[in-house]
Amino acid sequence: MEKLAKALVIILVLLAIAVPLLGKVLTVQPEVVELHARMPENGDWYPAVIHGQVNQPIKLRLTSDDVVHGFAVAQSSLPEVEIFPGKYAETELIFDQPGEYTFYCTRWCGANHWRMRGTIIIEGPESAARPTSEQPLFLKLNLDLDEPHLAKNLPSSRPDAARGAELAAQLPSDLDREKTWSVSPETLWQDLSTVYQAAELDDQQVWDMVAWALSLQGGQDRLAQGKALYTQNCLACHGESGQGDGVMVRGLPTMDYSMLGGEAVRPPDFSDPAVLLGASPALLEGKIIRGGMGTGMPYWGEIFTSEQIQDLVLYLYTFQMDIANIP
Amino acid sequence: MGAMEKSANFRYELTQHAWVRRLLTSRWPQFALRAVTLAGFVLVLLTGFMGSPIGSRNFAVMFVWIAWWSALKLLMLPFGGRAWCSICPIPMPGEWLQQGWLVKPGGKKFGLGLRWPRQLRGTWLQSAGFAAIGLFSAWTLTTPIVTAWIFAGLIIVAVAVSVVFEQRSFCRYLCPMGGFIGLYSGLAPLELRPQPHLTTEAKILAAKEWPRGCPWINNPAALKSNANCGLCLECLRTETGSQMQLNVRSFDAELSQPSSFRLDEAFLSLGLLGSVMIYTAIFQGPWGVIKNAALNVGTLAWWGFAGIFLLTSFGLLPATLAGATWLARTFGQAAQPLRLMFTRYSRALLPLGLLSWIAFTISFAFGKMAYLWPVVSDPFGWGWNLFGTAGMEWQPYLVNATPVIEVLLLAAGLIWSGKSVLDTTEQLGTASQRRWSALPVILFALAITVIMLWLLIG
Repeated sequence: MEKLAKALVIILVLLAIAVPLLGKVLTVQPEVVELHARMPENGDWYPAVIHGQVNQPIKLRLTSDDVVHGFAVAQSSLPEVEIFPGKYAETELIFDQPGEYTFYCTRWCGANHWRMRGTIIIEGPESAARPTSEQPLFLKLNLDLDEPHLAKNLPSSRPDAARGAELAAQLPSDLDREKTWSVSPETLWQDLSTVYQAAELDDQQVWDMVAWALSLQGGQDRLAQGKALYTQNCLACHGESGQGDGVMVRGLPTMDYSMLGGEAVRPPDFSDPAVLLGASPALLEGKIIRGGMGTGMPYWGEIFTSEQIQDLVLYLYTFQMDIANIP
Repeated sequence: MGAMEKSANFRYELTQHAWVRRLLTSRWPQFALRAVTLAGFVLVLLTGFMGSPIGSRNFAVMFVWIAWWSALKLLMLPFGGRAWCSICPIPMPGEWLQQGWLVKPGGKKFGLGLRWPRQLRGTWLQSAGFAAIGLFSAWTLTTPIVTAWIFAGLIIVAVAVSVVFEQRSFCRYLCPMGGFIGLYSGLAPLELRPQPHLTTEAKILAAKEWPRGCPWINNPAALKSNANCGLCLECLRTETGSQMQLNVRSFDAELSQPSSFRLDEAFLSLGLLGSVMIYTAIFQGPWGVIKNAALNVGTLAWWGFAGIFLLTSFGLLPATLAGATWLARTFGQAAQPLRLMFTRYSRALLPLGLLSWIAFTISFAFGKMAYLWPVVSDPFGWGWNLFGTAGMEWQPYLVNATPVIEVLLLAAGLIWSGKSVLDTTEQLGTASQRRWSALPVILFALAITVIMLWLLIG
């Protein structure tokens, strides 16, 4: 009887160990990549690097080991996948060009959310490789992104593109896109003041012309796209009104240009006209692409397409100008 | 003899039925249950160490803290006293090693068999252990690997204690759950007792050593309390086992009888009362600050939480009750020492403590029980669906009934404790003195009840 009891204990314990482990072994699907999403402080994406071949589907089984995350492949039209804690979601990726792709978290999962990035390496014939993208304007212009850029000349009221458009209809115009994108609104205002000196426009009217010039960079659709990107990716730090008071940065010190690089600080206050009107679109584009080294601003260059970044830049100016309601 | 006294003296001997005695005298049914719980325990460790780190998707957290912990407080403890201890797998490996057998005495014994140090006897260590679990509760109850480490640690300590010390020293003096269960087991309607005609001097057992003695180091002939009787039933299996009986009794049977209550038991009683209030604030309250402080172990906020937890449980509550006892002693013009009255009043508060735990468990368990079904189908959180329940969505149960049940439970606890407080004052002078003496402690119990109601229902 004693032997039977001992055997029973051993068998039950072994069964409790063996059955689940056997189940695990039997249910493994080698062709499926199990991707675990975790906040960076908990270990980040695992695996962080996924390998694949051109035109070969990659089956992903995604789960979160802590909070709600999202999965998306940067600069692609592949749909986002929501990943809930302890649950599994499946998706399939296919790439027709070799190269390195970035995947990232799309949900504000924590203070270090933006660090949640991984790489998909797709191998294939070099002839089919992704074309290299054009050099961004801020590099061509050799802009110093960390140089203070506060505007000294400010409008008396919010510049209005609709009013600017009415004036523009009566005046000659030779604005080109690259020029508008290269200089700050303040510089553009100074240039236009010279150009339209003969027309005897007052300062505010010239500011309206500046708003109109910026509005030409994209229509309402692109502004809406920019707003959507801002809401999803920027609002948690920059705040709904752009004042740099988002939920993720409330404990951080206020930005001080003289001390940049030392510690993470709050983002600049876009509701201060001097901040945005002194920054050229190219400079804002550069900051978004590169990130604000040492300030806590993430780099988005590998996540957004050039067009998305331009939409975002255009949207930022709406914190200081009315550029959406063009007749 | 009054109706209340009759009720308190009510006993129905289950072992008068031969088949019940046979069932309990055989070691096999109990052993089979312990073997199954041991296998379940191994599964808890495996899922805790290897399964999903998400608590709500892991068998270890869901089974231990939702299923077992709730079943213990709602069913096993209030109706069976130390029934869980009789099938608990934690001491089983250590006992096997120590005694050398599982169902048939014999085999080679192992270990030093030392007596537990006199200075460490009582429930102080169990109070400390339970408080330690409480300090890390938010972390433990949500993190599978921590749950697994705690239970792995318990089994390692249990084995080590079995090798060094005699019998079930771990269960009696160390197990943090044992302290909790033992204290409230006196309120359960089940007891193992000697035949009424036996005197406490009667030696039921021919030898001190298990299997012929009590593994819990009791003298069964003198057994008057459930506190240290683990219902292991070994005394029934000795040659004098027929002198022991298993009884069903009234809930109030033990509490209504005068009994000594030590200072360590008084502190455990108040510590558990404080713990249930803090647990309720963490798990049922709307305060994110408290939840975060309790969860972020090691941070300054957590240390603050730990300080408040310990001060409330082992400082504020005992001090307030001591103050109420001093008033009671003054009003009642009692000659009894303050310490004696303090310990007796602490004992009288046991019903309120137990029913507060049950009230907390009602909302905690029914709020989270729906998480069990997915875990049954997918114990490791690996994406399995063994029984088709993996996709079941969370929903709280008995939402409308829960507050009503909680109010009734707390009211019952207050009334029961109030009655016990009045019973405690019976040796005092006039009826008026007795009433005045009971008042401060009843007001103390009322304050605890109101705080619990506020925490649970708002």
